[in-house]
Amino acid sequence: MLNVISGFYNPQEGEVIYRGQKRPPMKPFQVARQGIARTFQNIALFDGMSVLDNVMTGRLNHMKASLLDQAFWWGRAQREEVANRQKAEEIIDFLQIQNIRKTPVGRLPYGLKKRVELARALVAEPSILLLDEPMAGMNVEEKEDMSRFILDVNDEFGTTIVLIEHDMGVVMDLSDRVVVMDYGRKIGDGTPDEVRTNQEVIDAYLGVAHD
Amino acid sequence: MLNQTDAPVGVPQSVPALLARNAAQFGSKAAYREKEFGIWQSWTWAEVAEEIDAIAGGLLALGVNRGDHVAVIGRNRPALYWSMVAAQKVGAVPVPLYQDAVAEEMAYVLEHCFARFVICGDQEQVDKVLEVQERVPQIEHIIYQDARGLRKYDHTKLHSLASVQAEGRAARDRLAKELAAREAELDFDATCVMLYTSGTTGKPKGVVLSNRNIIMTAKASAEFDTLRPDDEVLAYLPMAWVGDFIFSIGQAYWTGFCVNCPESAETLLTDLREIGPTYYFAPPRVFETLLTSVMIRMEDAGAIKRRLFDYFLRHAKVVGPKMLDGKPVGALDRLIYQLGNLMIIGPLKNTLGMSRIRVGYTAGEAIGPEIFDFYRALGINLKQLYGQTEASVFITQQPDHEVRPDTVGVPSPGVEIRIAENGEVYYRSPGVFVEYYKNPESTASTKDAEGWVATGDAGFIEDGTGHLRIIDRAKDVGKMADGRLFAPKYVENKLKFFPNILEAVVFGNGRDMCTAFINIDLTAVGNWAERNNIAYASYQELAGHPRVLDMIQSHVEEVNQSVAVDAMLSGCQVHRFLILHKELDADDGELTRTRKVRRRIIEEKFSDLIEALYSGKPEQYTETEVTYEDGRKGRISATLAIRDAATVGLAGQTQVAAE
Repeated sequence: MLNVISGFYNPQEGEVIYRGQKRPPMKPFQVARQGIARTFQNIALFDGMSVLDNVMTGRLNHMKASLLDQAFWWGRAQREEVANRQKAEEIIDFLQIQNIRKTPVGRLPYGLKKRVELARALVAEPSILLLDEPMAGMNVEEKEDMSRFILDVNDEFGTTIVLIEHDMGVVMDLSDRVVVMDYGRKIGDGTPDEVRTNQEVIDAYLGVAHD
Repeated sequence: MLNQTDAPVGVPQSVPALLARNAAQFGSKAAYREKEFGIWQSWTWAEVAEEIDAIAGGLLALGVNRGDHVAVIGRNRPALYWSMVAAQKVGAVPVPLYQDAVAEEMAYVLEHCFARFVICGDQEQVDKVLEVQERVPQIEHIIYQDARGLRKYDHTKLHSLASVQAEGRAARDRLAKELAAREAELDFDATCVMLYTSGTTGKPKGVVLSNRNIIMTAKASAEFDTLRPDDEVLAYLPMAWVGDFIFSIGQAYWTGFCVNCPESAETLLTDLREIGPTYYFAPPRVFETLLTSVMIRMEDAGAIKRRLFDYFLRHAKVVGPKMLDGKPVGALDRLIYQLGNLMIIGPLKNTLGMSRIRVGYTAGEAIGPEIFDFYRALGINLKQLYGQTEASVFITQQPDHEVRPDTVGVPSPGVEIRIAENGEVYYRSPGVFVEYYKNPESTASTKDAEGWVATGDAGFIEDGTGHLRIIDRAKDVGKMADGRLFAPKYVENKLKFFPNILEAVVFGNGRDMCTAFINIDLTAVGNWAERNNIAYASYQELAGHPRVLDMIQSHVEEVNQSVAVDAMLSGCQVHRFLILHKELDADDGELTRTRKVRRRIIEEKFSDLIEALYSGKPEQYTETEVTYEDGRKGRISATLAIRDAATVGLAGQTQVAAE
């Protein structure tokens, strides 16, 4: 589903409606330019680069300077770099990862890598943020931190967040609207309370007695 | 009384007056720096004066009256320092609070000083104030600096500092006259700040310090160490602590040096390295932690590096302190020291952020001689001072070239010292506090009519050198059942000098023998366990491990031997001890916020364990209530082993002598 929205896959049937318009099939980079950013289920960061550099890569779509300017570090390239660095630092401050700013990502623990991924997605200033299992493999404390950040992002930046998650507690507490899928088929859609009482959802997730 | 002598001529009479002088004299020199968004942002004295003016205008517009108390809560940030000076400017009294205090403690202080205005650093502090709002209904406005997470709060009483400043700037012309009038009213005896003592016993007391106290103390101590306008300090200790007020406001405004604020508590060591302060203060615990981390990392280093480190450090330990004290050192020794400096010591100092330190101080607790010597060997001019909130910090301090680990130095300029018959130290100085706020009884029992203040510490002046030596808290010094002297702190300090022991509490007043509670240091013992293949799942399990007990027992026995040497205190040898299953914590009331042991509370809380120590049982089951950081409570239980430690048999002789 996320891969469809972010343009990795094209839907076999149905279509993507974005900002009230039907969206033609797009490549992922085109989707990213439309203001959709994502994180990955299995972390996809540059291990050898520092946290700051990883976050800076998220600003790619905000760099307009020509190759020549970039090469000579002159004029527009320089101004852009300063602006981008400032944005990156704001996000680093927001996610409270100042102390690992210069640390190579490969040396970080899993929970922090997830946070760096979120930072890289956020720095693109998306209007929609896609999070693929942001809490997978985290302990309770890390989950609480991540939940706090997700709510803060929604609150402070007004970003719409689409997240896939199997931890029902997290899903029910964070979401305004929940869509339940069962083998690619939508079986529930509504507020957390509506979904919680939906019989089909209960059957699919708790299982039906086979006798 | 000293407080009534006239103000000296030519000295600005208040902190805002010093600010005006600095803005005129060093207008374009950096006054504050803070690392934000990965960059050191800086403000010159002229800019700071403008910022403070804006805050003061905003406070005036919000209706701050003369004599109001303005509470300031948050981590060290320039804007909060400015808020304190702005409060002074409008004739109010700043009251900095400990930012890690739980809501309950905060409520007491806010209630006691009747603060109408609170300036908070961030959401965490705002939440705590809102939580206790019912108990402190007089709070009219809460101002915050960092807006994060606060957007959806009710903003009828809540304001961002930026909006307060904007209001102050907009209303500048209208308010200028009133502001100037209020500033002009500030004189040498106006209250400068009110600081709450952490209090080893009972409720915190509000110590009122006047401009005279702060400015005269800052002047004397700055001259003592020849502080200069180009000095740099790192402000990282709690703003509610008198030391930070003296260093980061008193001395900074007096000499005009630059105050640097770290980005966050986690980045402190990086920030320290980047700034490289020239004037540095840290409690012994910080030096201990740094030394422990250096040693642990060296043990993981390669063989060549380790041998170089050992060789040059051993040499530096002999030569370094001598060179610092200006004593003669041979040419060859000098050469080896320089070589070591080039290869090992210099880089090490740089890593620690201590390359540029001209004057370093430690105080608050006794510092282990090995730790002290280590830093002196590196060529860091680390000295000790002895002080109190009531004295505006300085009572005694060590002059350059007269530094020793076992004394706290000679009286600071302007301070007189007297030792009472029972050994308690009294002092009198221009820094002596005005009074305890709303507490005349305590004021009268601490400060007499002539201005002498009881420190509550027992000590003596050493013959020949004139240095003061502190033995223990006067009220903790007691007698054992057979009349021998009991000084728990003396023994505890010896125990704490072992890196594996974080905290120790010794009992024995009125008893026939001494016993002790020990807290292990998780970093040091954990590392040791790792290297010795000892597996453990929790602090509690590690603390109860038989091999840890063996190790601590050997430390205790070593301490017993060194205590036995001193005939006067040989009765204080520890006969039995146990390792506590939890770390003593300020949140549980066992330590003060400045991490001093609260003996009475520990005695009450762990009475079953003390009972077991004296009844000769080999182990004891216990349950303890613990408070988590968010204020929730829980219980932990454990069965603790109690060990006997070997003592040295001098006890009999002393007993005979005493009879």
